[in-house]
Amino acid sequence: MEVSTWTTKAGLARMLKGGVIMDVVTPEQAQIAEEAGATAVMALERVPSDIRAQGGVARMSDPDLILGIKEAVTIPVMAKARIGHFVEAQVLEALGVDYVDESEVLTPADDRYHINKHDFRVPFVCGARDLGEALRRIGEGAAMIRSKGEAGSGNIVEAVRHLREITDGIRRLRSMPREELMTAAKELGAPYETVVRVAETGELPVVLFCAGGIATPADAALVMQLGAEGVFVGSGIFKSNDPATRARAIVEATTHYRDASLVAEVSRGLGEPMRGLDLTAIPAREMLATRGW
Amino acid sequence: MTTPASLEEPAALPPTEHPAIAGSSSPPPVIGVLALQGAFAEHVRALARLGVISREVRLPADLDGLDGLIVPGGESTTIGKLLGRTGLLDAIRQQATADALPVWGTCAGLIVLATDIGDSGSRIGQPQPLLGLMDLRVRRNAFGSQLDSFETDLAAPAVADRPLPAVFIRAPVIEATGDGVEVLARLPDGRPVAARQGRFLATAFHPELTDDLAFHRYFVEVVAAEAAERRSA
Repeated sequence: MEVSTWTTKAGLARMLKGGVIMDVVTPEQAQIAEEAGATAVMALERVPSDIRAQGGVARMSDPDLILGIKEAVTIPVMAKARIGHFVEAQVLEALGVDYVDESEVLTPADDRYHINKHDFRVPFVCGARDLGEALRRIGEGAAMIRSKGEAGSGNIVEAVRHLREITDGIRRLRSMPREELMTAAKELGAPYETVVRVAETGELPVVLFCAGGIATPADAALVMQLGAEGVFVGSGIFKSNDPATRARAIVEATTHYRDASLVAEVSRGLGEPMRGLDLTAIPAREMLATRGW
Repeated sequence: MTTPASLEEPAALPPTEHPAIAGSSSPPPVIGVLALQGAFAEHVRALARLGVISREVRLPADLDGLDGLIVPGGESTTIGKLLGRTGLLDAIRQQATADALPVWGTCAGLIVLATDIGDSGSRIGQPQPLLGLMDLRVRRNAFGSQLDSFETDLAAPAVADRPLPAVFIRAPVIEATGDGVEVLARLPDGRPVAARQGRFLATAFHPELTDDLAFHRYFVEVVAAEAAERRSA
């Protein structure tokens, strides 16, 4: 019997597919998320839009908060560690979280290196803006990838851009003759063996979710139609007027993403979505997606 | 991502060459895979490798004309809620009992197929909706958190004459079985993790995450036998 193998790490992400992973900051929010049909929750002290508004250094959450959320629900609980902060990841593993998100939403702890995720029994999800970044994270041991988008913006444009970058990159590799793959690997800054595998199979070796800006059921269905295998919703639910109803509607739109009349039906009477940000109004140094290397 | 089957996979047999179907003049069976949430694409691929036609099921109308149904791994609370909201809970139960539809559940699917999950269900709101087709008492997350997920090889003599690879991810376990339930596989400590009750099959682990097709072949045989019986009736 072998515990915490690559198959079990990447396999848990496969079990989350077609689902919605919701940011929550209290046990009560975690229960609202589970009741709405979330497949997992991300335990946080502040949702990204508050991190953006309040500024300061954003770190791993208080262990008491994470344990309180673990007590409140039966679905998997994820938590965020700072980029490169392998001790925060060790602490999260010791707390028994089901997945660690090495996340650009928190303030990076290392401006050059990500965590060597192969060292851990707990699986990791990492953000990516393009195929090269996704394959570098997989090379470091990430068992799940999410396109980054721009967290806390309520604006889907960056999520769409990053998702399209990743899927376009895969399509380009798939059409390349074998002799072009080494140069492609060099240009992507990605491990050659993984590049060859993606070229052969036409897909990432791990599950691909979409994050960063999803605020409505139609946003969720959009990214699913663009090739995401599931969605993370951060500020979009608990910064809206009626979180329980909106959470449930986003879950249903993610399942029935090709069924426009069903997406229309669940989109009715949801109240105000979160207030979004025009991304041209955000100074470049405050963009979260550019964190990570 | 929606992608074609891996190039590494062997070419699928044409439907008529499958041993469970070969020699029959009747149409090949169509197996539905519940696609509300979870690892449904992996089951679709495994069935394709056996040359079996499959269909994703998201709404009650998708059940029309199916010869079998797989309830995949995923989050059982999510799948249960979506079964209730779509009307599939009653529709599947109806077709499984009145029309003798064979059903196989893996992991979350095992939970959904059971009659009783004790106090291991969601701690809030309404009780978790279950199909309740198999007389089983099941414990969710029986092994702990994700850190306790594991792989092992299991003997399942009714399914194959060699040990089969089994992947357990935040897996449930069968705590008690009713009359008419046959245990197909047990952990070394004796706890049942695969069972059959007539045309219903349940595994706590994920054959769809391995290259081994023994459990899929076994289910296709259950489906083919049931379809033959329906036609002769």
